[in-house]
Amino acid sequence: MTKGTGVRLERLTKRFGRVVAVRELSLEVAPGELVAFLGPSGCGKTTTLLMIAGIYRPTAGHVYFGDRRVDPLHPRDRDVGMVFQSYALYPHLNLFENIAFPLRLKRVPADQVRRRVRETAELLGIGGILERRPAQVSGGQQQRAALARALVKEPQVLLLDEPLSNLDAQIRLSARAEIRRLQRELGVTAILVTHDQAEALAMADRVAVFSMGELQQYAPPDELYHRPKNTFVAGFVGSPPMNLIEGEFTGDGFRAGGLRLALPKAPTGRGWLGVRPEHLGLGPEGLPARVLVVEPLGREAIVIVELSGHRLQVLVPEDEKPAPDAEVRIAFPTGALHYFDAKGRRIGPE
Amino acid sequence: MRRYLTPLLFLSPASALILLFFFTPVVATLLLSFTDLSTTTFRHPSWVGLANYQDLLTDPFLKKILANTAKYVGLTLAFNVGMGLLLALLTSLVPENWGDPFRALWLLPRILPPVVYVFIWQGLLAEAPMGLVSDLLGVSKNWLVEAPWTAVILANGFVGASFGMLIFTSAIRAIPRELFYAAAVDGATTGQTIRRVVIPMLAWPILFVTAYQTLSLLTSFEYILLLTDGGPGFYGTEVWSLHAYHLALSNYFGNVEFGLGAAMAAVLVVIGVIVSLFYLKIFNFRALVTEPKIEV
Repeated sequence: MTKGTGVRLERLTKRFGRVVAVRELSLEVAPGELVAFLGPSGCGKTTTLLMIAGIYRPTAGHVYFGDRRVDPLHPRDRDVGMVFQSYALYPHLNLFENIAFPLRLKRVPADQVRRRVRETAELLGIGGILERRPAQVSGGQQQRAALARALVKEPQVLLLDEPLSNLDAQIRLSARAEIRRLQRELGVTAILVTHDQAEALAMADRVAVFSMGELQQYAPPDELYHRPKNTFVAGFVGSPPMNLIEGEFTGDGFRAGGLRLALPKAPTGRGWLGVRPEHLGLGPEGLPARVLVVEPLGREAIVIVELSGHRLQVLVPEDEKPAPDAEVRIAFPTGALHYFDAKGRRIGPE
Repeated sequence: MRRYLTPLLFLSPASALILLFFFTPVVATLLLSFTDLSTTTFRHPSWVGLANYQDLLTDPFLKKILANTAKYVGLTLAFNVGMGLLLALLTSLVPENWGDPFRALWLLPRILPPVVYVFIWQGLLAEAPMGLVSDLLGVSKNWLVEAPWTAVILANGFVGASFGMLIFTSAIRAIPRELFYAAAVDGATTGQTIRRVVIPMLAWPILFVTAYQTLSLLTSFEYILLLTDGGPGFYGTEVWSLHAYHLALSNYFGNVEFGLGAAMAAVLVVIGVIVSLFYLKIFNFRALVTEPKIEV
């Protein structure tokens, strides 16, 4: 099938009345890449996707597919396939006709329609239920049919708007891998909108984190995780989220209320100290703290402790979890700390 | 038996209403149609068997009146459903603050008292200098006599179209937004979206409006009565229900023939049932009905 084209957004802005849904967004997606737009609801990620699809006209800025400027074009002239959160299958048509719909509109000859629909349906494992209507198949099968409808016309760009969030937890994991495999095999450029950070990290080559209509960080998953650009990304990516403590950097340490940490080469001024729950240690060494709550997760447990007036989450192996109300000691790993300034921007360590 | 007790209990209030107000009158009408009950025989009616039906069959104007009825119902229905659908689609395509007032305009004929509404039509269609239509066409004629069918169908249609318009508009609004997005991404033009997505999804409301309006058009005659009273000439626009009224309830002899009227009504009921069954068949009623969400 076709190799996808790159997508470039240039200072894309969308206003609804006085509300700015997306502000001055610029980013580039390489051909064949899978990029996730990640953020909480109302952050502008779906609005951006709909501008790429051509459903919304941008208030300002441009969208390019390769060298072709597409923002003045109608969706049908853009060569995109799209999967919606609700799947948006046509309820009055059976799965075959749903998948065939884009081809019928293009007046593809009937025998070709039959062949291509069959091929795509086989690829997605729904070849046996094409005579059924959407209401007569499971959610997972509807999702596959929606994906087949998006792929059957061999689009340049595949847009996925929360395609997994209506699936059961178990199917969701297999569907994740399935979509990733198909996307790699077909080489189609794909943009995935999701509010689930685990989904974004697991599936995407690069993740664009959105908040309040603005791009916060655009990076591969491990960079997002290990070097978050600001406190929003630090708090949104990772589960449980990073602990963030507001306080004062003193050049050789960090102070927040009763908490005092010696940190060589620390910056100065007010700011935030960040540390991931899995990097905090419970042990014989460290600062004294009291256990408030223990949440067992199976293999691990989240322990919420109080340390000099601050609440911190600590991730420990299941067999090392303390009892509630126990007195423990918390060790801060000097190698895995994050420093942010008072505005939340990352300032170190390098 | 116990299994059916709860469902029966829940069904009983509605069933009682249907029995009392729909089923009983039908049976009463049928019984009445086999009698010669009238003003003169009011105290001592007698069974006359099928005599009333025989009278109907030998009516020399039977064919004409049946043809008139088919024409009136068919054309008005086409106007109502077609115009309703057109209005719903057009007002859904424009922004809401344009569509809503336009729809409100179409409701005016419906909220006007029928007598006033018909007076307006008579005024419009009268000879110059009164008639607006004569003025506009530059030909002074009584258009009610020149084109009685057009007048009857339009007068009824302008009232009736708003019903379909309201039902279809709300059905269109109930279509999830994402389906329109999907159609656009799949490559559909507005026309293709309407033809291949919207109208198929309106199958159920179209069936409902068509069936409902057929039945109400079969039995309604007030606008024709006021507009032409079945004229011009001899039974020019006389339809079955108006004929029943003329023959049985408002004849020259002042003798109200309840029995004959009941026979005519019974015929109308039979026609209505046949037409309804026909609609259910062609719209494939079973396919339109979804399983109830409640489990018993």
